[in-house]
Amino acid sequence: MKDMDSRIPRTMPIQSATFTNEINAEIRRAAATGIYDIRGGGAKRRVPHFDDLLFLGASVSRYPLEGYRERCDTSVTLGTRFAKNPIKLDIPITIAGMSFGALSGPAKEALGRGASAAGTSTTTGDGGMTPEERGHSTKLVYQYLPSRYGMNPNDLRKADAIEIVVGQGAKPGGGGMLLGQKISDRVADMRTLPKGIDQRSACRHPDWTGPDDLEIKILELREITNWQVPIYVKVGATRPYYDTALAVKAGADVVVMDGMQGGTAATQDVFIEHVGLPTLSCIRPAVQALQDLGVHREVQLVISGGIRTGADVAKALALGADAVAIGTAALIALGDNDPKWESEYQKLGTTTGAYDDWHEGQDPAGITTQDPDLAARVDPVDAGRRLRNYLKVMTLEAQTIARACGHNHLHNLEPEDLCALTMEAAAMAKVPLAGTDWYPGKAGF
Amino acid sequence: MQTFDVAENGLRELNQTLQAQSVDTNQTNWEVKNPKGSHAIAVGLDAPIEVTVKGSTGYYCAGMNQQATVRVEGSVGPGVAENMMSGTVVVEGDASQYAGATGHGGLLVIKGNASSRCGISMKGIDIVVQGNIGHMCAFMAQAGNLVVCGDAGDALGDSLYEARLFVRGSVKSLGADCVEKEMRPEHIEILKDLLDRAEIDAKPEDFKRYGSARNLYNFDVDNSAAY
Ligand SMILES: Cc1cc2nc3c(=O)[nH]c(=O)nc-3n(C[C@H](O)[C@H](O)[C@H](O)COP(=O)(O)O)c2cc1C
Repeated sequence: MKDMDSRIPRTMPIQSATFTNEINAEIRRAAATGIYDIRGGGAKRRVPHFDDLLFLGASVSRYPLEGYRERCDTSVTLGTRFAKNPIKLDIPITIAGMSFGALSGPAKEALGRGASAAGTSTTTGDGGMTPEERGHSTKLVYQYLPSRYGMNPNDLRKADAIEIVVGQGAKPGGGGMLLGQKISDRVADMRTLPKGIDQRSACRHPDWTGPDDLEIKILELREITNWQVPIYVKVGATRPYYDTALAVKAGADVVVMDGMQGGTAATQDVFIEHVGLPTLSCIRPAVQALQDLGVHREVQLVISGGIRTGADVAKALALGADAVAIGTAALIALGDNDPKWESEYQKLGTTTGAYDDWHEGQDPAGITTQDPDLAARVDPVDAGRRLRNYLKVMTLEAQTIARACGHNHLHNLEPEDLCALTMEAAAMAKVPLAGTDWYPGKAGF
Repeated sequence: MQTFDVAENGLRELNQTLQAQSVDTNQTNWEVKNPKGSHAIAVGLDAPIEVTVKGSTGYYCAGMNQQATVRVEGSVGPGVAENMMSGTVVVEGDASQYAGATGHGGLLVIKGNASSRCGISMKGIDIVVQGNIGHMCAFMAQAGNLVVCGDAGDALGDSLYEARLFVRGSVKSLGADCVEKEMRPEHIEILKDLLDRAEIDAKPEDFKRYGSARNLYNFDVDNSAAY
């Protein structure tokens, strides 16, 4: 090789913004294995989010409420439209559906304990209802999924609400996935499947398609459960206005709208990053649909996908949601991706905060696994307490903001309390860009 | 015999009345008049009662049935006996799509033909069809038996798990990972019992058995065209 002539100036090595190291590594991985990347979690790319909104707080024209002294209520009732027994929650933050199978038994128990102590509900997932979860959740929402694993009328009647899952924000249009490593004897038995196979559950319901069928399906479920419990319809955020309107028309009590940052136990990375709408962009259209049909607050709207803080909760509510649901954040509160497992994450070729191979069942934190030794790392009482604390903190944070805006209930937060930091967020949330009185799409803009 | 008129007293009262029957009820025989294609007739039952529906029904007749015997003297709409757990459902006429979908147990007998996706995602139910079945039947079927005395449409047993399929007539095409398998004596036994219970006069020896080749159970890039 010829030595470089040090007298001639050279172009610096430039990394491509298109062919990044991450992209190139993925091309090499795909070339070597022949299979797409599967992972857990939600979209990791940056998309417009609640961070792009700010609250205005009180001013001369709006007076604030005294922190600690003046009440700011946080309760919410879900399912007031048709159900005889709506769900009354102390806080507007619920635990989203996460399956036993994806999560370990102790993790599910911890979710039940933490949520119950904070006065809110948990949700089953693909794979059915476990006694641990029913026993430790004062309010349990039972998911009705395309796979219908473990579905039976006895559990259906034990539920405090039923959630018909049409889609998930992480993968609207995709079904469940639980790879062989996690199909233990118990999981296989609950799902009526052979042990150790890769389980790909259906993306569509087996016995209905479209909104007209959905209406009949809801009727059947109500008839079976004697019109007692609320029926939610969960959709991944794609066409939020029409999906909300159609769910209302089909007879839903509650619409759950899950944005693209929403977590999943496992699916293709390409699905997580490239399908669906950011959470921020789906709230106003969903609320608009409810308002146009005259059922805003009568049919409740639950928003999920990337909710992390009390500020996120307050912003979702200010945009018109009645409650939020959390998945990933709840797992982190239980101990997921905790720095104390860093050396083990390193051994798995990853690092704290980036660990997302939840489908492989080797979770050092013992949460997304069916390995009994790893699962034993979760103490359900301890982890449940951490989740309760976290839920309380989020609630306190949301109350702090609401009081500063002069509201005596979180539900009195309104879009007028908000401004946006970016044009994108202003357009999506339909609130003015900070310091202006306009947003893209507003007449006169 | 108790008689219930759907036209007069409505669906809500029908299901409430039938669901209220307990295991030791002495009102064991029910006749349901004027179903007139209503949806969700006799759903969520959970007692060893006999219900005869005098006419045709809409969607999800006898959905999630447990213990009860429901006989429909007519045809049924989509999703008859969906997610049935136990008991027996007999349809004298034809069945629309998704008959017996996701059923976990019990016996569904269709004396006429069944449309597409019969036995989709079945999880232990036994289904006996005296006539023909449509396309994509037993899609992703996990457990149980599907017996067809007539012919089967396209893509029978696509992405099948451990359910057994028995067909006497022709099969238009098999779905991904579904193959013909040897009829062993234990299969003849299973089939004989099912035909007896369905009160259908047919010889088990005339049927062929189909099941999963189990090639798609774990992902293999060389099978990617089949997914
Ligand atoms: C481990 C895990 C398992 C999940 N399992 C299910 C499921 O079985 N059914 C479902 O509807 N959603 C499932 N989800 C999605 C959540 O219900 C929820 O939509 C999502 O987690 C909300 O977004 P977040 O994670 O950003 O809070 C799962 C999510 C995670 C993280």
